[in-house]
Amino acid sequence: MDKAQLDREFSDLYRAHLRDVYSYAYYRVGNHHDAEDLTEQTFLQAYRHFERAQQESDGRPLRPWLIRIAHNLAANLYRDRARKPQTPIEDTGTLSATHTTEDLVEGRDELARILDGVKDLPDDRREALIMRFALGMDNREIARAMGRSDGATKVLIHRAIKQLEEIVAAKGGVS
Amino acid sequence: MSDPIAADIEGLLRKAFAPVDPPESLATRLESTLQELTDLAHEELEGWELSSMRDPRNWVRPVAAVAIGTAAGAGLVVLRVRSQHRKQKKHVQGLELAERTFRSAADEVKRLVERR
Repeated sequence: MDKAQLDREFSDLYRAHLRDVYSYAYYRVGNHHDAEDLTEQTFLQAYRHFERAQQESDGRPLRPWLIRIAHNLAANLYRDRARKPQTPIEDTGTLSATHTTEDLVEGRDELARILDGVKDLPDDRREALIMRFALGMDNREIARAMGRSDGATKVLIHRAIKQLEEIVAAKGGVS
Repeated sequence: MSDPIAADIEGLLRKAFAPVDPPESLATRLESTLQELTDLAHEELEGWELSSMRDPRNWVRPVAAVAIGTAAGAGLVVLRVRSQHRKQKKHVQGLELAERTFRSAADEVKRLVERR
């Protein structure tokens, strides 16, 4: 494949998945400032390795690869901040959602309880739920993004939902 | 039979995790950063002393700079033209937009060719 074609395909990838990467980053880090940085770093890193990723993808969609880059960068961000106690992780770890007016009127409390419960899940379960429900990724895509088997991913998501139900129920349930 | 409570939780999760649109400033910043990478690669080439090219051990660096510059430059034609469209979108309609699109793309390609 020539360079011009490769660049066109990268532009297509960027346009198609900017929102996905940003949504993932936002729900992963919990604020717009860090989500922007994470998204920017994700695409810069993707740009550097795009040709190889295309060769290795064997025609499969590259969204899981992009999300995996974001996932690794987010892990690095948290690790770096953990080494610097003056910047509390809690400041960037608060999940909040963007909603329509209708959502806010009808179900603000329920959604807040759900997001509050998600915060209490282990990292891998929380990430799997973000990929499934914010990005609409299927089990196979999530498996590729997280470096797991399809079966293990299915179990992970099932357990994440079960644990979330228990957490929400323990905190008073949803109406 | 599906579990109604689980179905309820899944429905709420879909609502809670509504996709988030990236701010306009992010795309501008990202495209600008890619442009800087291109410029850096270009400066790297210009600053290279031709005399050092006699030694094959020094060929790797400029070749890498050309590769990075070419890749980022060509990719940015599309991104930069798109960025200009966002600025123009409020003022331009129909045929005028199509004409500007063609002209913008042609200008970007010309700029990149002239810089090499």
